[in-house]
Amino acid sequence: MSSPEPRGHQLGLSLLGTEISVLFRRKRTWAMLAALAAVPVLIGVAIRISSAGDSGRGPSFISAIAGNGLFVGVASLVLAIPLFLPLTIGVVAGDTIAGEASQGTLRYLLVAPAGRPRLLLVKFLGAAVFCFAAPVTVVIAGTLTGLVLFPVGPVTLLSGDQVPFGDGMLRLLAMAAYAGIAMLGLTAVGLFVSTLTDVPVGAMAATVVLAVTSQVLDQLPQLAAVHPFLLSDSWLGLVDLLRQPPIWTTFGTNALLQLGYVVVFGALAYGRFTTRDVLA
Amino acid sequence: MSAGLAIETEGLGKRFKGRDAVVDVALAVPDGSVFGFLGPNGSGKTTTIRMLLGLVNPTAGRAVLLGSPMPERAAAVLPRVGALVEGPGFAGYLSGSANLARLDSADPLADPRTRKRRIGEALDRVGLSAAAGKRVKAYSLGMKQRLGIANALLRPRDLLVLDEPTNGLDPQGTREVRTLVHDLAREGTTVFVSSHLLTEIEQMCTHAAVMRTGRLVAQGTLDELRGAAVDDRLHLLTPDVDAAITALVAAGLPATPSGAEVVAPLQGHAVEDLVPALVAAGIRIRGVRTAEASLEDRFVALTGEGFDVES
Ligand SMILES: Nc1ncnc2c1ncn2[C@@H]1O[C@H](COP(=O)(O)OP(=O)(O)O)[C@@H](O)[C@H]1O
Ligand SMILES: [Mg+2]
Repeated sequence: MSSPEPRGHQLGLSLLGTEISVLFRRKRTWAMLAALAAVPVLIGVAIRISSAGDSGRGPSFISAIAGNGLFVGVASLVLAIPLFLPLTIGVVAGDTIAGEASQGTLRYLLVAPAGRPRLLLVKFLGAAVFCFAAPVTVVIAGTLTGLVLFPVGPVTLLSGDQVPFGDGMLRLLAMAAYAGIAMLGLTAVGLFVSTLTDVPVGAMAATVVLAVTSQVLDQLPQLAAVHPFLLSDSWLGLVDLLRQPPIWTTFGTNALLQLGYVVVFGALAYGRFTTRDVLA
Repeated sequence: MSAGLAIETEGLGKRFKGRDAVVDVALAVPDGSVFGFLGPNGSGKTTTIRMLLGLVNPTAGRAVLLGSPMPERAAAVLPRVGALVEGPGFAGYLSGSANLARLDSADPLADPRTRKRRIGEALDRVGLSAAAGKRVKAYSLGMKQRLGIANALLRPRDLLVLDEPTNGLDPQGTREVRTLVHDLAREGTTVFVSSHLLTEIEQMCTHAAVMRTGRLVAQGTLDELRGAAVDDRLHLLTPDVDAAITALVAAGLPATPSGAEVVAPLQGHAVEDLVPALVAAGIRIRGVRTAEASLEDRFVALTGEGFDVES
């Protein structure tokens, strides 16, 4: 009936391509990225306005900004990782399956036939792309803000060592990569939650609540034994990239922890999504 | 499973939380037919269609689509099937053609090199070319319905499954769907179309099946269904309504008043025998006619209450 097909298409690359392009054609995606970009801009402007008499107070990254614009991006990432990033990732990941269901497109994707495992994988990969787009946006906006508002130059690290600006920039990008990886576990959790309901807002809220809960539990000393296994336990480890030398084992620990969450919640999502009735 | 059937089910059933939605359905949809799936709202049409397409797991029985069991062989079968299920579903923030491109990209066997052309042709076929670039958010229900049909036509299909395709369409749109179905059937596509409207099925279909509260109560060609229809009826115009009813009931005919007339199914009695008997009983007869049983009588009899709403 049809001519020989290009093989990439059979693997679902075509569906992944439309998934990503649709993600970045949505106003909502750009609104969230714009909100994330506003974090460094606001921080930068606030510090610039008040820096005259206020230096030396507040969190150390914030106070470092006046001396070096590169720290706008650093401070913004550290500020965004507990709540702003999980919030946006919760929206994207919670929407994956439930959003299609509520829109009525899930049944048509499946009848196309997308194939349930393939659709799940494409949805995860699409959300994962957003996981990296979000911190990269923060870093880009932070760097531009820093260049415009503050002096830039060699970077003084947490350890007190000084490294050249280019080295500092690379570390900032590594921190963005760290933050992207740090959100993959939450993405898998959101994907699973999204297979449980046809109400996307519910899945989004549940995902964000789980992210917050994980951080609260991480603060309770009574639960010290389970802390290393909490979804958010590795999130703030990204500052270890500002030590001299950078502590790459933290990077590895983060990757391993998130991989664990991706495997477990990916399997749960698979088990649920491949067997459930699609009634929406 | 039998050759020559595009859809075949055996004992197909679905229970939702202890409530039967579909019970023991044995469909046999011949290749090349335009098959009407008729039943009041809530009679289980959409649930049956969801099971045929692998969206819902049956709790009993099995379904075979184009010769292959569903849902096991969905990946091989569904590219040959175009479907509209329980109304259209599209991303409102994307244009009509972008929505179709997205759904086409979900079909691993659809050729991306011909995608644009096929989308253009499908939109043309349902008369949506002018609105192709508009966001679906701005579409009327009728336009969305057409877009849903265009999606089913993105590739040449062996089977089309259309669940209430004329919902939301105006009379002109309804006529266009009917013409489209005729054209597709002529090209060799089997069309399985559900509706709660008898007239629609009568105008479009060669075959039909009737659902009532989750059960299949009849199926066959329209002629077979008409042939099995309830008896022809006697319509009697008389001033002596009560006496006429009494006399007819005494003769074994369940007569009922209907406006100024008395109506009774003939049940094999001859009119020429009944009339003299009535006259002899002193009933004044002003007019006598017989009416052939219509498909509608048959369906009303089968489904109990006709085709409006059933809770
Ligand atoms: N998701 C569901 N959960 C529970 N019951 C359902 C669900 N979907 C449909 N039903 C029930 O199944 C029956 C058949 O519904 P449906 O197949 O939609 O009928 P139709 O398409 O003929 O109008 C109805 O009684 C309906 O209430
Ligand atoms: Mg229905």
